[in-house]
Amino acid sequence: MAEVTFTLNGERTTVDAPLNMRFLDVLRVKKNLTGQKEGCGEGECGACAILLDGHIVNSCLLPLGSVSGRDVVTIEGFKQTERFRTIQEAFVHEGAVQCGICTPGMVIAAESLLRHNPRPTDEEIRIGLSGNLCRCTGYNMIVAAVKRATKRGEGLW
Amino acid sequence: MVTHHIAKDYQDALEKLSEGTYRILAGGTDLMVRNRRLSETPVPFASDVLYIHNLDELRYVSEEKGHLAIGALTSYEDLLHDERVPTVLRDCLRILASPAIRKMGTLAGNIGNASPAGDSLVVLRLLDAQCVLESKDSTRTIPYKEVVTGPGKTVIGKREIIKEIRLPEASFDKTVFWKVGGRKADAISKVAFGGAVKFSDENVADFRLSLGAVAPKTLRDEDVERGVKGKTKTEMKDSAEEIVAAYAPLVRPISDQRSNAAYRKEVALNMIRQFITSL
Repeated sequence: MAEVTFTLNGERTTVDAPLNMRFLDVLRVKKNLTGQKEGCGEGECGACAILLDGHIVNSCLLPLGSVSGRDVVTIEGFKQTERFRTIQEAFVHEGAVQCGICTPGMVIAAESLLRHNPRPTDEEIRIGLSGNLCRCTGYNMIVAAVKRATKRGEGLW
Repeated sequence: MVTHHIAKDYQDALEKLSEGTYRILAGGTDLMVRNRRLSETPVPFASDVLYIHNLDELRYVSEEKGHLAIGALTSYEDLLHDERVPTVLRDCLRILASPAIRKMGTLAGNIGNASPAGDSLVVLRLLDAQCVLESKDSTRTIPYKEVVTGPGKTVIGKREIIKEIRLPEASFDKTVFWKVGGRKADAISKVAFGGAVKFSDENVADFRLSLGAVAPKTLRDEDVERGVKGKTKTEMKDSAEEIVAAYAPLVRPISDQRSNAAYRKEVALNMIRQFITSL
């Protein structure tokens, strides 16, 4: 066990847990932040995505030992923002949510993309979402939703 | 009992490594998958683990005399968006893994992991990359081609860390990076290919091919390349089949869960042919 301090959704947080604990488990078990899902557990599906220093990463591949001193935003933290509300409206409007398991990761992927590229092309949106799997929508609605968010959220990113 | 330690700074990392029992965990994208067991239980490791993700002093790209220096923890994603990085490396990184994994993955991690299918290794071999290996008591700079010796095997000592990757300055008229995988993102290559060529007037001044996932380590053969240099462009194209034939015995892939040896070999040789005839 070791104490690791980092910023979690804007607040300085210290967790006492093994350094080799997956950060996904730290969030879900220690912090009760269950918006992050475990899909594949090996970095292929993106259901566990979080923002680490403002960029999407897979929390299932991230040991607690790598988070020391870093800035973490989960879907629960991102939910408090105007950007989230814009992406949410777009996902609802375009029918980009079906079973919902991939949705938190998709929203994190969209935010990570738009933060670095506020006006992505369709191709760039697909690349931005390429690490996130969805077995329901067939992806086109999600791509359309991200596009809608860029238009309606002009100036937010 | 395995010890876990977060490096406080680079010197602390070298100190810990000098004990000779630590395995370095940088991005974790290989080690966390390979060692994973059950959900909600810590990932077991066979040796002590040194966590170095927070060593920001190893995140840099700088133009030095004769080479581009890349700090060992610079992520693929950061390299992808850095225009000082050679085009062929960025072409490789653009189709490597996914944005999330590219943010954690590093060239140094790919070298340390030493997978025969490591995509970035194909480019490091193509560009004659050098590796700076450091320990508490020594620093050595050696060519990448001497670092990886086989699947999962390197000459990196237990007390050493990859500190920096160096890409020698080079200019080419055309470079390509191609890969064949199960899907566009997050695919470990069935075959990966890097090619680079430079012409002086109509003559081939430089010619390099590098292939991944077709041999125990990245395949490049300077003897075959030497035979192509000096030819005119037309002569080179006319001898495409001879060049392909020269590579045929060197392409020795295996069958595994991703592909089979016969397919890999045919695709690899087709890529060589395609590169030559497209010039």
